[in-house]
Amino acid sequence: MLRYSLKRLLSLIISLTVASVLIFMVIEVAPGDPASYMLGMNAQPDTVAALRAELGLDVSKAERYFNWASAMLTGDFGTSYTYRTPVSKMIGERMWVSLPLALYALTLSTLIAFPAGIYAAARRGKAGDVVVMGATQLGVAIPNFWFAMMMVLIFAINLRWFGAGGFAGWDKGFWTGIHSLTLPAISLALPQGAILARVMRSALLDIMGEDFMRTARAKGLSRRQALWRHGLRNAMIPVLTIIGLQFSFLLAGSIIIEQVFYLPGLGRLVFQAISARDLIVVESVVMLLVFAVIMVNFLVDLAYAFVDPRLRSRT
Amino acid sequence: MNRNLILGLFLSSLVLLAALVSFVWTPFPHTTMNIPQKLQTPNMVHWFGTDHFGRDIFSMIMVGARTSIAVALVAVGIGMAIGVPLGLLAAARRGGWTDEIIMRANDLVFAFPSLVIAILITAVFGAGAINAIIAIGIFNIPVFARITRGAALSLWEREFILAARVAGKSGARISLEHILPNVMNLLIVQGTIQFSLGILAEAGLSYVGLGAQPPTPSWGRMLADAQTMVSFAPHLALIPGMAIILTVLGLNLMGDGLRDLLDPRLRVRRS
Repeated sequence: MLRYSLKRLLSLIISLTVASVLIFMVIEVAPGDPASYMLGMNAQPDTVAALRAELGLDVSKAERYFNWASAMLTGDFGTSYTYRTPVSKMIGERMWVSLPLALYALTLSTLIAFPAGIYAAARRGKAGDVVVMGATQLGVAIPNFWFAMMMVLIFAINLRWFGAGGFAGWDKGFWTGIHSLTLPAISLALPQGAILARVMRSALLDIMGEDFMRTARAKGLSRRQALWRHGLRNAMIPVLTIIGLQFSFLLAGSIIIEQVFYLPGLGRLVFQAISARDLIVVESVVMLLVFAVIMVNFLVDLAYAFVDPRLRSRT
Repeated sequence: MNRNLILGLFLSSLVLLAALVSFVWTPFPHTTMNIPQKLQTPNMVHWFGTDHFGRDIFSMIMVGARTSIAVALVAVGIGMAIGVPLGLLAAARRGGWTDEIIMRANDLVFAFPSLVIAILITAVFGAGAINAIIAIGIFNIPVFARITRGAALSLWEREFILAARVAGKSGARISLEHILPNVMNLLIVQGTIQFSLGILAEAGLSYVGLGAQPPTPSWGRMLADAQTMVSFAPHLALIPGMAIILTVLGLNLMGDGLRDLLDPRLRVRRS
């Protein structure tokens, strides 16, 4: 297990390094001179020169990358050109909206998917299975931001159970915060829940064909008992992997959903930064998102090996 | 033919037909504004109603289908054109460093969701349909590389490949002549799925302003425009949304149907 973990750790470090080089290349090398790009065509030469000095563009590209990457390791993401605020502080504040939203959505999607997937698998081929599978087929096809708009129309505008947008803030209390994130989280959770339910069902159906399930039935367990006692635990391996992968999709998906609900999260930050040409902020947010995806995949790999010891010896 | 395939083919053909017909005919010119006729609900003249500029929504949906199909199709094309050869190469050099490098590079690209790639490209080069295509296309590369490699690996162990090797064929020739035709079915099915995901991704990117720009009509941007008017003109959001859902649903059903048709083993195991 130690050798496997070390190998994965090495691969994690390489991935993060290469990803950071790629992001640096696109943001800081591709536009030519980032300072002129950020200030636009009509900028005065002395303003451009001042920004160049501030961004540290006078040194070589390799040195710039090294300075940027090493500062990031200490939590210093630079200073936003538009807001004149440390980017780490801005990200820190927005994180408290985006991260809870992704986690809330992940919880909801799991809560929807497990019962639906288990129910469909247990009733394979019967009416219940057909209804659940039809619903998941529809769930996968619905764009989450459109579903979000429909939720606003029904639950915020017509029924007035929730606000149509904005975030009350955690300082108003935990439940007030959760209440503001409920419609966004449901919108994010629906398609992911539909995918997860399908994975759950097919994993369970695969398991049901295994010899140990036949043995369980042969020793007198009913179909349902065998499913609960032996099937579910074994079906968890692919399901857990998908849950891990979904987290990164939820974090990226929350960027779009934040636009629908005007939530002050990472998504709004990055879009404001794009329109203000604040490359420092865009670079940091993108790096953070990619870091999150790579990190979650690394943890899923470790969890996978922990659950299934065969994988440890194979790699 | 199974029911999924028929329904999927029907829905997909409907959208494709709308897109093709829009090149020669739409009920109204899709860019013509007619303010006195604005925000009409569906009626006999404007079948899907009109938007806040009085433009005919049915015509916009027809032309929007072109954008969605074009972006998703080219993005799948990019993914296949680069991903499939990479997957074939990785499988031919299985266990070697070429395989390792290709697969690790794939993992790395996987860490950049298409939205994040789009954000990166847009921040530096500006928004547009081409950037959406590139962003979705790049994300498709590892998908096709992985699926091709996975299927090709098991084929390399089969007797007919061994026979080809004994006959003195090179790895590249075996990959092209024997492996590729045998993974084609799988690629068609995956292509359909990626196509539907491409439609969803294009809609999402256009919605947040990173995709097609005005005056090019796009379902995603129609939804973005509808957002502030959803309380008094819900049809502005309902109709483009339904267009996206029916297209994606059609493609997914077609993918499922094709899988059952092309890979009967799976049908037996799953039913």
